[in-house]
Amino acid sequence: MPKQYSAPGSQGKGERDMSAQFMQYLLTGLTVGAIYALVALGFSIIFNASHVINFAQGEFVMIGGMVTMSLAGTGLPYLLAIPLAVVAAALVGLALEKFAVEPARGASVVTLIIITIGASIFLRGLAMLVWDKKLHALKPFTGDTPIAVAGATILPQSLWVLGVTLVIVLALTWFFSRTLFGKAILATSHNRLAAELVGINVRMVLFFSFGLSAALGAIAGILIAPITLTSYDVGVMLGLKGFAAAILGGLGSGIGAVIGGLALGVAEIMSAGYLSSAYKDAIAFVIMLAVLFFMPSGLFGKRGGERI
Amino acid sequence: MPPHLASARTGGMAALATVIALLPLALSNNYFYDIAILVGLNAIVCVGLNLLIGYAGQISLGHAGFFGLGAYGSAILASRYGWPPLAAMLTTTLAVAVLAFLVGRPILRLKGHYLAMATLGLGVIIFMVITTEDKFTGGPDGIAVAPFSVGGLVLQGERIWYWLVGALLLVAVWLALNLIESPMGRALRALHSSEVGAEVVGINAADHKVMVFVISAVFASVAGSLAAHYSGFVTPGKVTFLHSIELVTMVVFGGMASTFGAVVGAAVLTTLPQLLTVFKDYEMMVFGAVMMGTMIFLPRGVVPSLARLFQPRRQEASGKEGGA
Repeated sequence: MPKQYSAPGSQGKGERDMSAQFMQYLLTGLTVGAIYALVALGFSIIFNASHVINFAQGEFVMIGGMVTMSLAGTGLPYLLAIPLAVVAAALVGLALEKFAVEPARGASVVTLIIITIGASIFLRGLAMLVWDKKLHALKPFTGDTPIAVAGATILPQSLWVLGVTLVIVLALTWFFSRTLFGKAILATSHNRLAAELVGINVRMVLFFSFGLSAALGAIAGILIAPITLTSYDVGVMLGLKGFAAAILGGLGSGIGAVIGGLALGVAEIMSAGYLSSAYKDAIAFVIMLAVLFFMPSGLFGKRGGERI
Repeated sequence: MPPHLASARTGGMAALATVIALLPLALSNNYFYDIAILVGLNAIVCVGLNLLIGYAGQISLGHAGFFGLGAYGSAILASRYGWPPLAAMLTTTLAVAVLAFLVGRPILRLKGHYLAMATLGLGVIIFMVITTEDKFTGGPDGIAVAPFSVGGLVLQGERIWYWLVGALLLVAVWLALNLIESPMGRALRALHSSEVGAEVVGINAADHKVMVFVISAVFASVAGSLAAHYSGFVTPGKVTFLHSIELVTMVVFGGMASTFGAVVGAAVLTTLPQLLTVFKDYEMMVFGAVMMGTMIFLPRGVVPSLARLFQPRRQEASGKEGGA
């Protein structure tokens, strides 16, 4: 840094450094938060269609990253490897609906939670056999030369994360508000019986929502893998934090999932940077609990009384 | 109390006591004793958790946290500060009860998936505090725990622990059965079917939910303290989210709202991983598949499903056990 800039005294330099640091934390936080948002959207889509909380959502994130890593390892270009990995995860999602959730329809909330957790343990065990227990790196999509932004730096991969998340959010908004099938999903989430009565194939909606949210999870896993590495158990924490984001935003609310994810990501990085990094992973849960204590249905959740 | 209920209760207690008394005949070495003790400790947690999940209808995905607090509280007080183990255990239990009481009210205001996530979050936070505060807890490596002793009498060895845990399990089951048939138990079942409905007939739902939450936390904490002293070592492995899930699975597998079901669930799912070791690399997959399979095919749990099968012959027993 040229000398004259620091001339007025360390005060000004300190302030500029502080704002640069803040910017850095904000950018990193938004990157992490975008991933949480994608996972949270997956939770919300399945919850809307079926009132099931899919605890295997994190495994789709893992499958996305790991399959891409394997395919890219065989020399396949990303342009082919990534779509194939997303399709692979979507197929797993469809299988999960078909073989584990569909047969247990009408079971209690706890039972369904255990079924999807059983599925996530099963998938993790399978991944351990197919791959191994090691950490794997994925090459960034377009180089790794940091780009300077307002005194902070951002990795090209972070731009990919933020850009793709934005595109997905816009595409989902369009899908749910403008297409017939999207509206059918919304209708099913509001009232399953009424949707069935107007001729919506509710079973198809459920089936499709698992595929869609698996694909979203896989995309999140592929986007973040070049930054954080991937392994067979990477889905556990990402899944739980994505769930925390979905709950924070209000279950079933799309906008809630996105805002909840971004808020948790930024809060996590800020607290790790300014307070202590020892409790970085706990912050998401502390914030979520604090919000739930005052807003029992999250930020954008439906508030409703109990029917007798 | 109707006479048939009383007889089913004493019958069940007698059956459980007989099993505990006769089991050592089949336990040929210390390894089997070890598993039996683990079953007993898990069963104590599950009997308490079943009061919360099965009877009051409130989910908790964080009970491994209370188990862990009990284990680490005892370990730290007894081993680092040299407290007598019994005093350490009672103090820890009291502290856990106070904590459960304080967080119980705001958390139990939540319902369904929000409650599940909040309890999950609580468990995860407890886990992270335990792994991070390594000055006290030894971090991920864990800490050694002094053996349990009462008034200079040191309790060591699998056989002594087997009888201690067996006796405590009987006490836990007896307490749970009494609670279920008490006015409080009826209140819990009432608010399970409808919270508003229960309030209309004059039941303070919030108070009752918090009370059963505290009771189930105390059961978990005591089992945690005992487990720490028995094994002589605690690690954060038993405080994880996965262990919380295992506990809930035991309750649901055995059959919700069935105290003896909780014991059966604990027995089966504690022994299962020992059997699954033959699958070596496939162990995790098989465990996941078993979890999915039993919940898909026996969503009501083993004991109520079996009780239903024998309904005509066991009218009394199933009326008691498969109640809800």
